[in-house]
Amino acid sequence: MIQVKNLTKRYGATVAVNDVSFDAKAGEVLGFLGPNGAGKTTTMRILTCYLSADAGTAKVAGYDVFEESIEVRKQIGYLPESAPLYTDMGVLDYLNFIAQIRNIPKSQRKERIREVIDICGLEKVIQKDVGELSKGYRQRLGLSQALIHAPSILILDEATSGLDPSQIIEIRNLIKEIGKEKMIIFSSHILPEVSATCSRILIINEGRLVANGTPEELAGRAKGQEVVHISIRGHREEIEAKLNDLSFVSDYKCVKSDDAILGYRISSQQGNNAAEEIFQFVVDNHWSLSELRQETVSLEDVFLQLTGSEPADNLSNE
Amino acid sequence: MNNIAAIFKKEFRSYFNSPIAYIFITFFLGISAWFFFRSFFLVNQAELRGYFALMPWLFLLFIPAVTMKLWAEEKKIGTVEILMTLPIKDYEVVIGKYLASFALLAVTVIFSFSLPLTVAYLGDPDSGPIVGGYIGLILMGGAYLSIGLLASTLTENQIIAFILGIVMSFVLLIIGEDIVLFNAPNWVVPIFSYLGLGAHFSSILRGVIDSRDLIYYLSVIGFFLYLSVLSLESRKWR
Repeated sequence: MIQVKNLTKRYGATVAVNDVSFDAKAGEVLGFLGPNGAGKTTTMRILTCYLSADAGTAKVAGYDVFEESIEVRKQIGYLPESAPLYTDMGVLDYLNFIAQIRNIPKSQRKERIREVIDICGLEKVIQKDVGELSKGYRQRLGLSQALIHAPSILILDEATSGLDPSQIIEIRNLIKEIGKEKMIIFSSHILPEVSATCSRILIINEGRLVANGTPEELAGRAKGQEVVHISIRGHREEIEAKLNDLSFVSDYKCVKSDDAILGYRISSQQGNNAAEEIFQFVVDNHWSLSELRQETVSLEDVFLQLTGSEPADNLSNE
Repeated sequence: MNNIAAIFKKEFRSYFNSPIAYIFITFFLGISAWFFFRSFFLVNQAELRGYFALMPWLFLLFIPAVTMKLWAEEKKIGTVEILMTLPIKDYEVVIGKYLASFALLAVTVIFSFSLPLTVAYLGDPDSGPIVGGYIGLILMGGAYLSIGLLASTLTENQIIAFILGIVMSFVLLIIGEDIVLFNAPNWVVPIFSYLGLGAHFSSILRGVIDSRDLIYYLSVIGFFLYLSVLSLESRKWR
């Protein structure tokens, strides 16, 4: 349904999108994941024909985004970041305006508007002006605007950013519901957001596509490495000197040092039984151990490995 | 056509949903009436020539205020991104927005008919220059609007769009003024005097509507609308 080949976009000297290629089929919920400024929005803007690329091609439903822009736009429903809407219009007026430009015949307009109002739960606010709506309702109105012509592809840029936790869950459920029938491209810099909603994840960093797979596949990639957290009472120099000598430890980092208790995050190659080995190591040195825990590898590790930065994890409502 | 109508309707309503239209109409009529009546009873002649002569200068300040938000605001709040990803051609949006601003101008001009009616009540004015003056007013206003619209596509700041609109119209207005023409090199004089926004207006004011003046204003409008479309398309230039 979407074929992107070697897409490149520069803004002056900075390369916003660098040689990105991917395919997407109908029925997929595709998540674009990456730190802020990674090139997610630019990629979406190219797909929606708002910008053009400097090199490469992109096809949406068989139409070229540069050559057959109007046809492409008919296929797509797009909600840009932070749902920009005309604040001086009424909710119904706004939907009517979009329906008119979307060329929905006058006889069906009312019905379609009713449908998207139902889907997005806008019933309570139809009498209001857009400017009076809360952030959550604006996001829903933005979504309903993108759905009004029953597009085959929905592109949502940071659809849940700035919402409170319960609104995030609502929007997320809405996306899941819609994703059963439509292809969705969904971008976020928040990892749980993407792993909760998407059937496939594309990780973008500094304009490059660094990973492409299902959440399970990507989590699988992070395996091959075991991470153990320990807290020991002892002297820092002594502990670190001895840690350096351990052959199976590939890396360690002091994560906590208050008073005499030191916390370490130790990574090692898989298959070393690192936890047991480290326990033995601590016993041999007659230190006292206050914590030993094995970290479960997750998408976050993949994200970290691939992008070299921490994923934003500001969702504590899981 | 359908798309142009949708954009037109939305923009025209937006003028009247906000205070802009009311402020514009009230101030424009108030100030123009003030300038008119200030000299009307002194001169004691039933004519509107002084009133029309003032218009290029009043438009200079008022018209960019009408057009400044048309694109700058869309860019500022980001609605342009939804608008330009709808299945609508750039020129359709430009024309729709232009027509909406033009309609506001037309409404204002209709309200200003109270002046010639007053003059007609008090005396017996020559109707030719008045009819011509109004046609000229609409054409010249249309040209100013197209310039202001271009200015609005160039920035996301309404104040800058406003000032830019004034500056661009000002340049096009003064190149046809005598004081510039006297000091300009000889070879540019005919070009400048042809391109000047006000010169054609003065010739229409005489009550003679020459096709050259008509063509001039329509070309100016077409030219600046075309530049607006180019300015919007520039985001997609590779």
